[in-house]
Amino acid sequence: MAKKRLIQAINDALTEEMERDERVILFGEDVEISMFGDTVGLLDRFGPDRVRNTPICEATLSGMAVGAAAAGYRVILHMMFSNFIYTGFDAIANQMAKIRLMTGGQIMLPVTVIAGYGGGRSTAAQHSDTPYPALMNLGGINVAVPSTPADAAGLLKTAIRGNNPTFYLEAGGRGGQRGEVPDGDHLMPLGQAAIRRSGGDVTLVSVGAMMRPTLRAARALAADGIEAEVIDCRTLVPLDTETIKASVARTGRLVVVDEARDRCSAASHIAAVIAEESFHDLRAPVRRVTVPNIAMPYAPNVEKPLLPNPERIAEAAATLVQA
Amino acid sequence: MTPTSAPSTEEFLDLLRTMLLIRRVEERLRDDFHAGKLPGGVHLYIGQEAVAAGVCAHLNDDDWIASTHRGHGHFLAKGGDPKAMIAEIHGKETGICRGMGGSMHVADFSRGIIGANGIVGGGVGITVGAALAAQLENKGQVAVCFFGDGAANQGVFMEAMNVGALWKLPLVLICEHNGFSEFSPSDTVTAGDIADRPEAFDIPSTSVDGNDAIAVWEAASAAVDHARRGNGPSFVLATTYRTHGHNEGEVYWLSGTYRDNSEIEDWNRRDPIERLTRTLVERDICTLDEVGAMDREILDTVEDACAFAEASAVPSPDAVQDLMFFNQAP
Repeated sequence: MAKKRLIQAINDALTEEMERDERVILFGEDVEISMFGDTVGLLDRFGPDRVRNTPICEATLSGMAVGAAAAGYRVILHMMFSNFIYTGFDAIANQMAKIRLMTGGQIMLPVTVIAGYGGGRSTAAQHSDTPYPALMNLGGINVAVPSTPADAAGLLKTAIRGNNPTFYLEAGGRGGQRGEVPDGDHLMPLGQAAIRRSGGDVTLVSVGAMMRPTLRAARALAADGIEAEVIDCRTLVPLDTETIKASVARTGRLVVVDEARDRCSAASHIAAVIAEESFHDLRAPVRRVTVPNIAMPYAPNVEKPLLPNPERIAEAAATLVQA
Repeated sequence: MTPTSAPSTEEFLDLLRTMLLIRRVEERLRDDFHAGKLPGGVHLYIGQEAVAAGVCAHLNDDDWIASTHRGHGHFLAKGGDPKAMIAEIHGKETGICRGMGGSMHVADFSRGIIGANGIVGGGVGITVGAALAAQLENKGQVAVCFFGDGAANQGVFMEAMNVGALWKLPLVLICEHNGFSEFSPSDTVTAGDIADRPEAFDIPSTSVDGNDAIAVWEAASAAVDHARRGNGPSFVLATTYRTHGHNEGEVYWLSGTYRDNSEIEDWNRRDPIERLTRTLVERDICTLDEVGAMDREILDTVEDACAFAEASAVPSPDAVQDLMFFNQAP
């Protein structure tokens, strides 16, 4: 075990995977200087054939990822801010997500798309979205939302070695968070949620970076005698519904914490699955703690209260337990 | 760029054979569509055969092509199997895409056919990616993008030229100017000459009569050679004409017309197959009887392929479960 900053865990995983397999290539805007620090040093180490700064042309970049992967490479596409996924969405939604089915399974598509997501830092409406609900709805796209340095490393390595398109979304501004990363070749399978805290009164499911405020909420609840179980999804596609269902079977109560806008959020999907498949285990309605259906404003005093925080999470949970 | 050579006798005959095969397949699909035998629509390539045949004549199995919604001709010219293509268009499990893609998505990766594409301009970025892969492989492969004058108005066209020229990718851009963006005549939606656009990126641009198979063959020879030698992208504008509708079904649901029949008749007089046949006969490369024999052989091939398609089973509804992801539930 070594303690690492989250962004360092990502950088190390990228380095190790490019070292391990020479058919892994990486391209994107400013990957050389690396705005977030995740791709820093890769161009020097692996050279301009395998690591390329690109023009700003997301519509072509997402198409290129499909074409280069179809032609036999393992592609890592860095799209910087996840709002730029929308700019490149045609080839994501119409090609990447569908080409395997459209061609009768002739090819695998080993593509990993990295992008930073989420608000809370006055980056305003066009640099703070959480596009995973749209990605989840496409079908042929995996979505990883790691929240710890260990998962950041393990999920990224799995995505790169995998044979399906995977969006690997980094929570913006959380790169400095530190945590233990197992030594050696640490791989984390997609579709395995983590139970971050055990408790029998209420299940709190967190998406991505919502894990920390959710854990803080759980500690606050414990002070009031309510024991919450905290489940970190780790990946949204595939989604580990079994772990969530098993927890709800024990607690009878579910709160889903998601920093996507409420309508058709990941939280909405999880709530629907539990309502359909675990209805008889529920002792109270499912609650979602999300962002209202509002674009992220700039002013910090307006932006901050829109995001889920420990107080809102704890209040939602306490309401269910006291009901 | 100047052509590297003229076609040999065998190459002339291959060119004609490919064009005839495309024509006969498309005519049969036209008939089968109107007879209600096809589950979906078709966008026919009739009248444009010289472009696919003239370009693909220079390509190997490991060269890549990406194509358009009007993609049957490119598929066949690149060596795709007519049986597997027609079975696909019939929605059968023996189809090249197991019946999952249909007419707009015929693809055969084993022959470098990345696929037709239902999105206008959708193949452009993909071809740039394949060209990047080809450059990294460093084995002289090229990636060819077929697209129309409609797609030339998509932003990805400019992006692709920029990346391709910047990185000197082995990318060949073939714009088939067939006169229409779906139902809009080109001049109502396109400013300037599309062939001027590549020059802004220092990409060599050649304009040819797209109904003159030999002119296309020669222009493509130079463009493909340019890419193979590592000199970067090139562009060919082949002016041709879509003698059929955007979609073969449009006669049943379109509220009006968007062109005069006289325009179609004019272009029929410039039919690329009749034109190449005439040239080959004039140059004593073959006789009309020999062309007739070639045509009969092709008609037999088409008949066999259609019989195969019709006799084939439909895919199992469960087949989709394995196709969204590799080795993962959908």
